[in-house]
Amino acid sequence: MLALIAGVALLPLALANNYHYEIAILVGLNAIVCVGLNLLIGYAGQISLGHAGFFGIGAYGSAILTARYGWPPLAALVAASAAAAALAFAVGRPILRLRGHYLAMATLGLGIIISIVVATEDRYTGGPDGMSVPPLALAGFTLAGERAWYWLVGALLVATVWLSLNLIESPVGRALRALHGSEVAAEVSGIDSARHKLLAFALSAAIAALAGALTAHYAGFITPGKVTFLHSIELVVMVVFGGMASTFGAVVGAAVLTALPQLLTVFKEYEMVVFGSVMMLTMIFMPRGLVPTIAALAARRRKAP
Amino acid sequence: MSLLRAEGLSKEFGGVRAIDALDFEIQPGAVFSIIGPNGAGKTTLLNILTGIYRPSAGRLWLDDRLLAARAPHEFAAAGIGRTFQNLQIFFNMSALENVMAGRHLHERCTLAAALLRAPRLVRAERACRSRAAELLAFVGLDAYERSAADALPYGALKRLEIARALAAEPRLLLLDEPAAGLNPSEIREIDGLIQRISGLGITVVLVEHNMKLVMGVSQRVLVLDYGRKLAEGNTETVRNNPRVIEAYLGAGEH
Ligand SMILES: Nc1ncnc2c1ncn2[C@@H]1O[C@H](COP(=O)(O)OP(=O)(O)O)[C@@H](O)[C@H]1O
Ligand SMILES: [Mg+2]
Repeated sequence: MLALIAGVALLPLALANNYHYEIAILVGLNAIVCVGLNLLIGYAGQISLGHAGFFGIGAYGSAILTARYGWPPLAALVAASAAAAALAFAVGRPILRLRGHYLAMATLGLGIIISIVVATEDRYTGGPDGMSVPPLALAGFTLAGERAWYWLVGALLVATVWLSLNLIESPVGRALRALHGSEVAAEVSGIDSARHKLLAFALSAAIAALAGALTAHYAGFITPGKVTFLHSIELVVMVVFGGMASTFGAVVGAAVLTALPQLLTVFKEYEMVVFGSVMMLTMIFMPRGLVPTIAALAARRRKAP
Repeated sequence: MSLLRAEGLSKEFGGVRAIDALDFEIQPGAVFSIIGPNGAGKTTLLNILTGIYRPSAGRLWLDDRLLAARAPHEFAAAGIGRTFQNLQIFFNMSALENVMAGRHLHERCTLAAALLRAPRLVRAERACRSRAAELLAFVGLDAYERSAADALPYGALKRLEIARALAAEPRLLLLDEPAAGLNPSEIREIDGLIQRISGLGITVVLVEHNMKLVMGVSQRVLVLDYGRKLAEGNTETVRNNPRVIEAYLGAGEH
């Protein structure tokens, strides 16, 4: 936790220009999504291939409420996140009964439906062309400039990680990990597995929506590209690459896989190829993900002097 | 008054009657054993008694009240705990956390308190941790308090499941073959453990093939064969029942 705070505090020393700041902000926003998604995938052991949909509900929800209905951005952002959580609650009830491939397919379908709605409801969303989004403002003060955004996103990332670590070490987090380990044993221990899965699903959806709304306000423009199936896959790859059931792994996964394609422009054209390869290599050589694998290596080295 | 009563309990799997019109009563405080050949329906019965399977027919009473629980966690909340024949350990957690998870029913924790690490929750967690440590010691696993669950040997995992089930403070504890695969000295430890659990006032249902263990600790024995009751009584009557000897016990001891 201290390492993360120090990292966020010291990183600006290495950020030479606005473009670097922009990448750092995108890293932070993706990391927030991944920390939330990791609660669902890594800890509760439930896959979602539709989280870009919740990200999109946050982004478009907040964009539409501010741009078309004149809501204050903060209220719009909260409302959009709440809407994503409510939708997750409603659809989560039936689909979280499914397991494995079936759950993957159901969440995939949910994500695709949301992306189709975004692309076709062009009166509200601007369709494939996207729409512009007003900046984040509170009581007349407008958040502008890369630096201000950096500190906002950095603080939110630290807060999300703190909340997530607290949750994992609580009875609720234990219940999530338990139902991942053995659902039947969790149930006979008195854990309502359906309720806890739903909780993780809705919480991760709300966090994704919050990050989506912030991304929209930060960029000032939103297109359906961030709501696609491919973006859902990118998010899952970040979580799996960083390390399932590792909160810092989710941050590292998001950082590496957001920053690399931006910094190495060759990657940009082959982004999905790179993501696919990263996924395959991770599964083959370090199925537990980067951070848990390194942690295990370090522990072994410490033991053998 | 019986603690648990089953009436006309049946369970079919696509035409196969795993449990067939079974009636029995379990008195509070007793060690009640269920024996019978493989495939007799013992595990299926425990699955019905913990809500994992819904019976095709029949009813259950707890304390002479019709048991209204539906989902397994509701059976747990009604005071029924269990262990599994094929281990069901939370291998993604430490031994201590396995037992802490077993205390779930006794924890009051809202999502907000969990996210914000409320001071009340921190105190409750400390109490939960020390209670779990006591239970590990109770089953003889104090040496593994800091171990990851997947680092424990098989015999220890069997006892870890018992500690986890005890953590929920059940009134009725169902043990599905707790001695299977254990060596004689480990079986003696399980024997002693069952007696100590019974001494705490917890009613124990023991499913077990080891006749020495069953005959030593039980007050009452139910013999199942093809899902039906072959015999029921105290250890002496069951041991001398010719039908039981023929179907299960064989010529000598099993
Ligand atoms: N989930 C299931 N689906 C189909 N058949 C089952 C299932 N569970 C148990 N059975 C069948 O029910 C019978 C009783 O099995 P079980 O309760 O496991 O016996 P025991 O525990 O006494 O060895 C067996 O014939 C078994 O094949
Ligand atoms: Mg069995």
